[in-house]
This record gives sequence, C-alpha cells and structure tokens, in this order.
Amino acid sequence: MTIFGVALLALCTLIGVFLGDLLGVALGVKANVGGVGLAMILLIAARSWLVARGKLGGGIKLGVEFWSTMYIPIVVAMAAQQNVVAAVRGGPIVLIAATVSLLLCFACVALLGHFGRRDAPLENEQIRHGGAVIAGDGDEALSPSPPARPQPARKV
Amino acid sequence: MLHMIEHVFVEQSLVAAFAVVGGLMLVSNLASRRLTAGRVHGSAIAIVLGLVLAYVAGLYTGGKKGVADLPVFAGIGLMGGAMLRDFAIVATAFEVDVVEARRAGLLGVLALALGTVIPFIVGALTAVAFGYTDAVSITTIGAGAVTYIVGPVTGAALGADSAVMALSIATGVTKAVMVMVGTPLVARLIGLDNPRSAMAFGGLMGTVSGVAGGLAATDPKLVPYGALTATFHTGIGCLVGPSLFYLTVRAIVG
Repeated sequence: MTIFGVALLALCTLIGVFLGDLLGVALGVKANVGGVGLAMILLIAARSWLVARGKLGGGIKLGVEFWSTMYIPIVVAMAAQQNVVAAVRGGPIVLIAATVSLLLCFACVALLGHFGRRDAPLENEQIRHGGAVIAGDGDEALSPSPPARPQPARKV
Repeated sequence: MLHMIEHVFVEQSLVAAFAVVGGLMLVSNLASRRLTAGRVHGSAIAIVLGLVLAYVAGLYTGGKKGVADLPVFAGIGLMGGAMLRDFAIVATAFEVDVVEARRAGLLGVLALALGTVIPFIVGALTAVAFGYTDAVSITTIGAGAVTYIVGPVTGAALGADSAVMALSIATGVTKAVMVMVGTPLVARLIGLDNPRSAMAFGGLMGTVSGVAGGLAATDPKLVPYGALTATFHTGIGCLVGPSLFYLTVRAIVG
C-alpha cells in the first residue's frame, strides 16, 4: 500500500530529526545536528533491509518516490519565500563576504573532486534512475528499478 | 467575484500552492525548451523565477517571507517550508547508490570541515576590513557567512548587537541565493557531474536551501548526495561558531 511508503518516509524523518535534536542537546548546541542526514541514512538502511527480504513492493516505492518527484517543485516554492530583499539590500559587506566565500568554496569543490577520481564511468543505472525520479520524469520513475542490487522475490 | 476567488485561495492554501507552483514549472519548462533550446534546465529557470517573485513580493509587503507573506499565497510558505522541504530531501535518499555514497564518505567530512572554516574566515576578515573590532561582532558576521542559521544562533549565544545580527543573516541569505543561481553556471567548470563531487559540494556550500536549489537546477541525480552532507553543515556550524571560533577570534583581537 502506498501509505506504507509515505509512513516509512515519515517515520525515518521523525526519528532522524529526533536523533538530531538529541545530538544537539548532547553537544550543547541550540540546533539540530544533522537530523535530516540521519533520516536519509535510516531510509537507505530501511530500503536495503526491505530489498534483502524481498518486501519492497510497488506501493511502498510509489509512496516514497512520489515525494522525491515533488522535490523540485518544493524547492521552487522554497525559493519563492526567501528574503531576497534583504539579500539585495545587504550592502558591500554582505556582498563581499558572500561572494568571496562562495568562490573559494567552488574552487575547493573542484579541488576535492579531483581526489581519488576514478577513470571508470561513474554513471550507473541506479544513479541514472534516481536522477529521473527526482527530476519528476514520470515515465522513467514508474519503470521497474534497475537490477543493480539483489532482485526482490516476485511476491508483493 | 475576485473576492470569492481570493477566498478560495486563502481557504485552500496548500492546494492553491500546488496549482501555482505547477503553473510556474510549466512556464519555466516551456521557456527552457523554446527560448534556450533546453540548454538551461527548466528547474533552474523556475528557481530564479521564484526568487524574482520573492523579491517583488518582499518589496510590496515589506515582509521577510517573500511570496508567502501575501495571504493568497500563504500555501507556498507551507509547501516550501522547512517541514515539507526536509521530507522531500529525505525521500531523495531512496535513490542513493549506497556504494557510491560510502566511498565518498571521508571526502564529505573533509568538505564539511573546509566548508565551515573557509566562509567563517572570509566573513570575519570582511567584518574586520569594514571596521568591526570586537570579537562578538566579528564572530557573528563570520558565522553568518557559514549559513544564515549559524549566524543568528551564534549571535544570540554571544549576545551580539541586533544590527550585526541582521548583517549576519543577510550574508547567509545572500550566499544561499547565490548558490541557487550560481551552481548551474559553474557546475561544469568545477567538475560537479558525479555523486562524489556532489558530496563535496554539499559539505562545502552548507546552506541546505542553497544546495537543494543549486543541485536541482544543475542535475537532479546529484541531489541526494549533496543533501546528505549539507544537512550536517548547520549543526556543525552552530557547534563551533559560539565556542571554538569565538574563542579563537577573541584570542586574536583581544
């Protein structure tokens, strides 16, 4: 059932954010430390577990993947509610601090990306399929998952 | 008549937001295909369009939440707010290639460290260049260059002046907006085309909204890898901002 997928996603998010809050308290920080990242790791683990047991049915996939396909529209809605006026009116100090740190960080991405870069093609079916789902490309998203990992038993 | 339509939008805020954002995506995809022959992603155009609308709405309402400050578009605030944004980000993890992510784990940690230290130093030096001499103000502005959440959290912890706090938040927001718009432009130049470099990117850029928008506009398949590291950024920044960074700055400026 689709709701199982949505509920699984919700559960992972709630547990992850809760753990992030706990981590924040433990470290004495007034913020959530990596809650969303922890939730992502939980979801990855849950997926592996379901695949290994052959229980990753179409409904669960649909429930989770629907929200991945909504990712870009949600980001657009997020962009539409940024405080752009404050950013534009910030003045030179804001502009300099933001631009310079951004340029340095872009340079670091180029630098770090070169470490341990393999010649083998990095593109595989799993990554490509993920891209299609997140891009909200319906036809691709509904096609069966690539056989990159153990195939679930044909029982749903 | 107009009043009744307005009433529907206010009452059905989230549903209205789906329709509005859908329309925005449609226009952007058309513009991408017709005007740029597909060279610029439809999502990149949609994000920039969203930012422009936020600017116009911000000027009109004088509020801080862009389009969401207009009652008819309040649903955009819910749809693009932290709750659904994080929910969708977590969902993208379902598409992660575990082997690839694990292989780049150490790289992600290194990127997180650099992505916290470099912006802080740049922000702090800028603050000094503009005549700030006290450790609290320098630290707060430096922290703002990390992300727009680290700035005010650090400032509040240190008891910074509210004008300095505003400056700190503005720095973080500006950075986020620049990441959203700038990433697709420089992606090829910095080799941002595989999960590895996406994880480095997420750790270095930090700002979740910036990374989320920037990667969506560049290449959707990279989103989960960048998000995985970026979500640790704010927490780490809030950890070291008021402690390690503040003590270091105070030791230097006295």
